[in-house]
Amino acid sequence: MLDLVWLIPALPLAGFLTLLVLGRRLGEPMAGWLATAAMGGSFLATVAVFLGLLDRPGDDRFFNQVLFEWVPAGNLSVDAGFLVDPLSITMALFITGVATLIHLYSVGYMHGDPNFSKFFLYLNLFAASMLVLVLGDNMLMTFLGWEGVGTCSYLLVSFWFTSEANASAGKKAFVTNRIGDWGFMVAMFLTFATIGSLSYADLISSSMSGEIAAVTATGIALLLLVGAAGKSAQLPLFVWLPDAMAGPTPVSALIHAATMVTAGVYLFVRVNPVVAAAYDWVPDVIAWVGVLTALVAATIAVAQNDIKKVLAYSTISQLGFMFFAIGSGAYVAAIFHVITHAFFKALLFLGSGSVIHGMHDEQDMRRMGGLRRFMPITGATFIVGWLAIAGVPPFSGFWSKDEILLYAWADSKAIWALGSIAALLTAFYMSRQVFMVFFGEPRWNEALPVAAAAPGGNPDAEVEPESEDVAPAEVDEHPEHHVEDPHESPWTMTLPLVVLAGAAIVAGGLNLPFTPDLHFLGHWLEPSLFGNEAHVDATTGTKVFVAGFSVVLALAGVALAALVYLQRRFDSAVIEQRAFAEGWWIDSTFARVVAGPGRQLFDLAAWFDRTIIDGAVNGVASGVRVGGTALRTLQTGYVRTYALAVGLGAVVVGAWFLTRASF
Amino acid sequence: MEVTGTWYLVLAAMLFTIGAVGLLIRRNPLVMFMCVELMLNAVNLTFVTFARMLDDVGGQSVVFFVLVIAAVEVVVGLAIIVAIMRRRPGATADDIALLKG
Amino acid sequence: MVELIVFVIGAAVILAGALGVVLTPNTTRAALSLIATLFGVAVLFVAQEAHFLAAVQVIVYAGAIVVLFLFVMMLLGVDSDDDVRSEPLPGQRPAAILGGLAFLAIVLTALLAGGTALTGLSGTLSADSVLSSNIALLGRNLFTEYVFAFEATAVLLTIAVVGAVVLVRRLDAPSDDEEVSN
Repeated sequence: MLDLVWLIPALPLAGFLTLLVLGRRLGEPMAGWLATAAMGGSFLATVAVFLGLLDRPGDDRFFNQVLFEWVPAGNLSVDAGFLVDPLSITMALFITGVATLIHLYSVGYMHGDPNFSKFFLYLNLFAASMLVLVLGDNMLMTFLGWEGVGTCSYLLVSFWFTSEANASAGKKAFVTNRIGDWGFMVAMFLTFATIGSLSYADLISSSMSGEIAAVTATGIALLLLVGAAGKSAQLPLFVWLPDAMAGPTPVSALIHAATMVTAGVYLFVRVNPVVAAAYDWVPDVIAWVGVLTALVAATIAVAQNDIKKVLAYSTISQLGFMFFAIGSGAYVAAIFHVITHAFFKALLFLGSGSVIHGMHDEQDMRRMGGLRRFMPITGATFIVGWLAIAGVPPFSGFWSKDEILLYAWADSKAIWALGSIAALLTAFYMSRQVFMVFFGEPRWNEALPVAAAAPGGNPDAEVEPESEDVAPAEVDEHPEHHVEDPHESPWTMTLPLVVLAGAAIVAGGLNLPFTPDLHFLGHWLEPSLFGNEAHVDATTGTKVFVAGFSVVLALAGVALAALVYLQRRFDSAVIEQRAFAEGWWIDSTFARVVAGPGRQLFDLAAWFDRTIIDGAVNGVASGVRVGGTALRTLQTGYVRTYALAVGLGAVVVGAWFLTRASF
Repeated sequence: MEVTGTWYLVLAAMLFTIGAVGLLIRRNPLVMFMCVELMLNAVNLTFVTFARMLDDVGGQSVVFFVLVIAAVEVVVGLAIIVAIMRRRPGATADDIALLKG
Repeated sequence: MVELIVFVIGAAVILAGALGVVLTPNTTRAALSLIATLFGVAVLFVAQEAHFLAAVQVIVYAGAIVVLFLFVMMLLGVDSDDDVRSEPLPGQRPAAILGGLAFLAIVLTALLAGGTALTGLSGTLSADSVLSSNIALLGRNLFTEYVFAFEATAVLLTIAVVGAVVLVRRLDAPSDDEEVSN
């Protein structure tokens, strides 16, 4: 069964290749069904491999499949191989599962798009790359997938590339990710220079045997942190993710919520012995990056009016949770949260996509309201996702978030406190979103408040052009009202919602805290963690206190949001501060730095290129031209002149031979 | 006085030189072609001479091939000359200078 | 003694013919001088026991090639004398003569002073002049060692004929009368 592992990425890859050749001919909806079938097949293959792995005893759950030697270059020998262990197969399971559902959803969502088959082509390529990323048995394979998902992310964010904003959002995602990729690459170089191999098996064994010095391990870990911060949208490289919402909503759900952005978390769990071998302060750095990201992104999410932007910042915030879980040594909790987050955030994104679909491409929450009466299935499933992310028991988000906060409590009280505030804010902004979209009075026939009067003074121009999913012609109709009422989406879209909602409710059962026997995920992942998981020996009282406190926080957040947005007790402007709406000006600061001093630097480089580089090239060219002009007079065009030259040349050659001859 | 191979070779060298100089100083393409034939004959003569000097019939084989090549060359060359002369009657080698830089 | 006489006469005819080709302004006379040279070379071939080549020399060169030259002259109507007095390219004539003399000097130096320095060694395929005729040897050599080259020349001749036909074909006026009148 384990031999089937190559099928897992091969099936979506085959789907990609088929669509590449036949995509246009298949058209809608065959292309979509084909892609979905490829993904479903991949999911079944993953289940088969999972069952095969389950058959083995706990400490023998490693399987390495080498397909061929990929890079044989001197000392560097890299195989194209797959590593099957509990960690990679866990990732592969939920990736293929969620991806299948999102493929199915996209069949409905992308209905009528002129590039229908191309969308599924990219989606399949993405899935294949993501699976190579998690299944690769060495850093280079992971990097291959890492770049592959980056490319697909770029292609899919700018899928509707005819709009300038979408194209530049894709570019932004790409460029920001390059910074992170630089970190990953240098980490690879450092690894190879130190141990002469890139395979995880070698890296892990040398880390544990102490062959890698603490300082080297620190360097590798920090460089990987740079890479992970780029891919997983951590401070300060998170700026691309909100803009990436310009892509179609299924893309946001699959790439920018469930799978790709968790690659950084996966990477750290994969190389956990390196983190363990590094200096003590390295986990603290990771934890602080994570918790600050969680907090900052949560505050920003509070003041967003675009339904997808809220979810985008929420994703960043949740990724922050995963990072400070890693920093606290809670690897199981981090993966647990990755899984539950994949379910409920994919659910929320798909739900928002359904809302946008039903609202005829309206994304501004201020123009929604009372939608649960018009879209009952979407509304019900969205509410499930809301309760899950807000951390209300017994929904899955509560269990994973509580786990993380418990480890944080044991690790550092400050991180726990900040994380708790972030959790409170999470409950608040998600409740705000649900109340604005699904409760209250319908508002789609009202005109938007004037920009100046908008909460937090958030200028519309900031939100609108960057997040528009629609053709420009439809944008112009905004000031008028929608003629039609919202409608529920087709079954291809609601079915994934229902399935994901079910998963979001029960996924908490993967790792229940009550007795050690219920730590299914913890036991399952144990072989991949090499005992680096932190041990929390807190009393039951502490555990109950932490859990109770997070429930109180969640309910407080919900209640506060209800007071503000349902009861209208306070003016929402008090909470939606300008700094929040502007994202703490982080993005605009980047823009200003790059446009100011950075711009001058680029101008200098451009000048250097124009003057020195081009000058050298042009100099060679003009030198050749001058020489040619001088030499062309030799070319008389008379055949007899040429013959004379040949004759004289023969004389010279003959004379040379004469000098060489011995008499 | 015995006639050695060297005599023939000297004669061939003189014949070759005359042909080469003729090629360089004459402008009529037909005559230039004849000069090329002179040079080819000079080389043929050396081949035959060497064949006898070294007692190797291979030299004569080469002469045979040179004869064939010469025939081929004359056929194609004269065809080209005819094609040119048809368009520009009385043209000499100096009238055609398309390669002038 | 006979060979000396043959050589002297042959050499005289060859050089005279060659000079005639180069120096006479009349193209037809040049062609006739060329025949003289070719005959002289054929005579010297005989003197060096290359009987077959001598025959081929007369048949192919004198019989075919020079006749071809004459045909072309007839076809093109070249009847006027060339202007051999003037030289439009400055320096061409002295350079050519000087170059020719230098070349001759080099070769003569090598031949007369060098002895065997510039010639090779005997081949393995020695001509047994006592046993069999030179022609049989040449034939065996051509059809064994050089058989591929021999076949290639056959192809080459065919290509040359086709090429010549293509080159002189008139693209604009395919009328037969015009060909003849021209």
